[in-house]
Amino acid sequence: MNDRVIRCDVAVVGGGPTGLGAATHLKSLGVGYVAVLEREVAAGGIPRHCGHPPFGMREFRRILTGPDYAARLRAAAEAAGVDIRPHTTVTAIERGPELRVSTPDGLARIMPRRVLLATGVRETPRSARLVSGSRPMGVLTTGALQSMVYLKSRTPFARPVIVGTELVSFSALLTCRHAGIRPMAMVEERSRPTAWRAATLLPRLQGVRMLMDTELARIEGTDRISGVVLRHGSGREERLACDGVVFSGRFTSESALARMGHIEVDPASGGPVTDQFGRCSDPAYFAAGNMVHPADSAGRCWQEGVATAEQIAHSLDGGLPAPDTATTVRPADPLIRYAVPQRLVPDSRLKAEIPVRVRFAGEARGTLLLGDGESGVLSQHTRALPERQVILRVPQRMLCPDMDTLSLGFREG
Amino acid sequence: MNTNAPPQDPTCDVLVVGAGVVGCAVARRLALAGARVILAERAEDILEGASKGNSAILHTGFDAPPGSVEQACISEGYREFREIHERLNLPLLEAGALVLAWDNRQAERLEDIVKRAHANGVTDAGQIGADEAAALVPGLGPGLRSAVHVPGESLVDPWSTPLAYLLQARSHGAEFLNRCEVREGHFEGDRWRLSTSRGEFRARWLVNCAGLYGDLLHRRLIGEAPFRIRPRKGQFVVYDKSAGGMTGTILLPVPSETTKGIVVCPTVFGNLLVGPSSEEQDSRDNNEVDTAVLEMLKSVGEGVLPGLNSHGVTAVYAGIRPASESRDYQVHTDRERQYLCLGGIRSTGLSAALGIARLACRTIYGDGHGFPPPEDIRWPRVPQISEAGERDWMRPGNGGIVCHCELVTRREIENALSGPLPACSLAGLKRRTRATMGRCQGFYCSAELSEITAGFLEQPMDAAIRQPAP
Ligand SMILES: Cc1cc2nc3c(=O)[nH]c(=O)nc-3n(C[C@H](O)[C@H](O)[C@H](O)COP(=O)(O)OP(=O)(O)OC[C@H]3O[C@@H](n4cnc5c(N)ncnc54)[C@H](O)[C@@H]3O)c2cc1C
Ligand SMILES: Cc1cc2nc3c(=O)[nH]c(=O)nc-3n(C[C@H](O)[C@H](O)[C@H](O)COP(=O)(O)OP(=O)(O)OC[C@H]3O[C@@H](n4cnc5c(N)ncnc54)[C@H](O)[C@@H]3O)c2cc1C
Repeated sequence: MNDRVIRCDVAVVGGGPTGLGAATHLKSLGVGYVAVLEREVAAGGIPRHCGHPPFGMREFRRILTGPDYAARLRAAAEAAGVDIRPHTTVTAIERGPELRVSTPDGLARIMPRRVLLATGVRETPRSARLVSGSRPMGVLTTGALQSMVYLKSRTPFARPVIVGTELVSFSALLTCRHAGIRPMAMVEERSRPTAWRAATLLPRLQGVRMLMDTELARIEGTDRISGVVLRHGSGREERLACDGVVFSGRFTSESALARMGHIEVDPASGGPVTDQFGRCSDPAYFAAGNMVHPADSAGRCWQEGVATAEQIAHSLDGGLPAPDTATTVRPADPLIRYAVPQRLVPDSRLKAEIPVRVRFAGEARGTLLLGDGESGVLSQHTRALPERQVILRVPQRMLCPDMDTLSLGFREG
Repeated sequence: MNTNAPPQDPTCDVLVVGAGVVGCAVARRLALAGARVILAERAEDILEGASKGNSAILHTGFDAPPGSVEQACISEGYREFREIHERLNLPLLEAGALVLAWDNRQAERLEDIVKRAHANGVTDAGQIGADEAAALVPGLGPGLRSAVHVPGESLVDPWSTPLAYLLQARSHGAEFLNRCEVREGHFEGDRWRLSTSRGEFRARWLVNCAGLYGDLLHRRLIGEAPFRIRPRKGQFVVYDKSAGGMTGTILLPVPSETTKGIVVCPTVFGNLLVGPSSEEQDSRDNNEVDTAVLEMLKSVGEGVLPGLNSHGVTAVYAGIRPASESRDYQVHTDRERQYLCLGGIRSTGLSAALGIARLACRTIYGDGHGFPPPEDIRWPRVPQISEAGERDWMRPGNGGIVCHCELVTRREIENALSGPLPACSLAGLKRRTRATMGRCQGFYCSAELSEITAGFLEQPMDAAIRQPAP
């Protein structure tokens, strides 16, 4: 093929907070040519269409709306000398490393020395939730709603039902208010809201019914939604007239490139398997941000991008320990949704502890237990809540080069 | 196209009712034969009936009842599709199929399946052992006894295919009228007088390709129908493209008397289907999906290919088969009244359509009717949207990718909204481009799409400001 070839030191796939944070920091560490490849018309990631605060406390010490925050991240990257390339879709990743990209002008190949994957998360749409009923228009995710409202000033419905009570579900509520949309209800399968309780003030202020222990059982309507059937915990069904449904949250990693390529993916997190440096199964590739651990706030992702930039710079200098001595952390309890990073490499240079993020599938109180069945066990008392994250600090001394796996269990009580 | 005005000349040689895959193919064949054809479709777009959702398999007819009309049409249709698809720019994936026997009872039936295949002229079908099957599809679940390999079973693009037939019909003078419901008709000695939602028409011949409504139309035009449509729904689960690599071969169960059973099937778009279910229902248009059935399909699929469980579900959908009480197609001719009914084309219409169309042409014009010399045939080319060939995102000047999951470009979308048979609904746009049909189902591109499509769609993506629900 006669595609254009572009060589660079580091190619960052995805220009969200993670990618922009990493790219900017790479430049400040003296790395020569850093390119950010972003498929949208502009870099900035999800915050581009979150028209509400609070963004930017960590990065800029002030409270910004999403679009302002995204603009500042872009400006900082440009000022640092990052080559931001919007309208550039990475279509495949290969060993080398080598990236295949599509632009409005046709195909190109990027041949960097290192790659950072930072492609973020999306929400689980209606289809993957296997919801019953007809398939009319007006069924959206929060992300789609936000980009319609904030980027295009369009209003897809007037009286929707919002499914879910994660933080992003309350963003959906704010977005509705901004557009003059009046949600009929918020429904949640669990018996308590997933987000912090304080967030539930919002629907009350907007006069929106909060229905816990309630499942969206069916969608009705032909061209457009005419209503939904809700099933309450008691088994009772209720038909609610509405003209839209927002499926919010249940984040999944946007990891198609890794899955379709040669990078190992963790079925539990849905993102690439990484070590504590953010390195993937192909050590020329790194991954960071929400694609690795669905899902955190923009500020945390940015911070992680910066930290991963340090490791990529070390890697370019040959300064990272070899990946082949890694120990794998294997979740061994259904309550544990995932643990990231999955691979821990003994590293004499660095801190005494490696932070491992653990996310839970349900609610419980008890003790996290990490061990290999023989040597010492690390235990940490914790309260597990769905979608919340707990940091387990694993001491370096627990690792040794010939240890294959550490099993991560949970004991209730 | 988007007017309700009557056509300029309401008189034609043949009026074809219904723009499903059968009607589109019939219109093409008759137009090629030199007839002046009108294709009248009640819906806004083509393919809004049974042809909307199927498994997209181009069957060889290996398992059709020997001697049936169905078998003859599939075999003729299959042959013609292979001859013409490249000229229309239609993809054809020669995937091959395995009929899988998981227990002794099923294994005993394989011999008959091979015999029937051979009797139907599918002579390359043959029994193979579990090892050979596993070599073809390494991820098969445990316990396979043996299988029949049918190398000729293939995959097509279920939407571009009929679209191409109709485009070719139009380039040979056929007229397509949407929002044109055929309501009443009288045969007046030498021609039909038909009243439709777009005015009166006159036609020498009338061909009923009304699919799920074929019996009802027959009753209105001719009298008591010799068959009754028994709608049978089929639901599907579509797995993400990451699962597409798990099998390049179509995986069929040993069929029962009433259904081909649940198939695990690659597609020309690179993903993997599991379905269809088989559910008798009264409604001819209720294509709702059901959580319990979708979960059942997932578990069947994951039984056949255990590795599927680590892949995400991208989409779900349902189609309705225009089945009748009889297994065979319901082809009925009334020569006196110059009427032909092509009904009950239940589960093989995509494969058989070109064959059915030849049958229609023979019925109306006789065996000897000549076709135009090959150099006079025009071959419009449809946009190539499958993974089998070059896509627009690979070419310069594409305007940028709008739908990131299916890599649909702005130029592709704009072309689908204009041109001779433009999309006038979101569903129609999806069928023509695949926009929003990927794993995110519109998370990333809905906003952009609502802007690009503004003014083009009958039901705009953002026009919900109807009166608020009570
Ligand atoms: C609907 C929604 C609302 C949210 N609201 C908030 C909120 O209010 N506050 C908050 O703190 N967090 C919010 N989040 C969490 C959000 O994920 C983080 O704020 C943050 O955006 C994550 O940063 P990231 O860089 O990892 O990913 P993203 O911001 O998602 O950026 C990933 C980027 O990669 C690009 N990309 C993906 N694939 C490719 C490819 N193949 N080629 C080129 N480019 C590609 C995407 O276009 C995108 O720009 C929200 C998330 C969602 C889904
Ligand atoms: C689940 C499922 C899986 C299948 N899998 C396959 C497969 O893998 N391979 C294969 O070959 N086949 C398959 N099929 C079968 C195939 O889809 C059908 O045989 C085919 O679509 C039938 O097409 P049709 O044109 O006869 O009917 P339809 O598509 O229903 O077309 C009839 C049209 O007539 C219109 N109409 C009705 N009444 C009027 C009126 N009075 N005036 C004007 N217009 C009218 C309707 O609006 C409709 O558009 C499958 C079918 C289903 C449901």
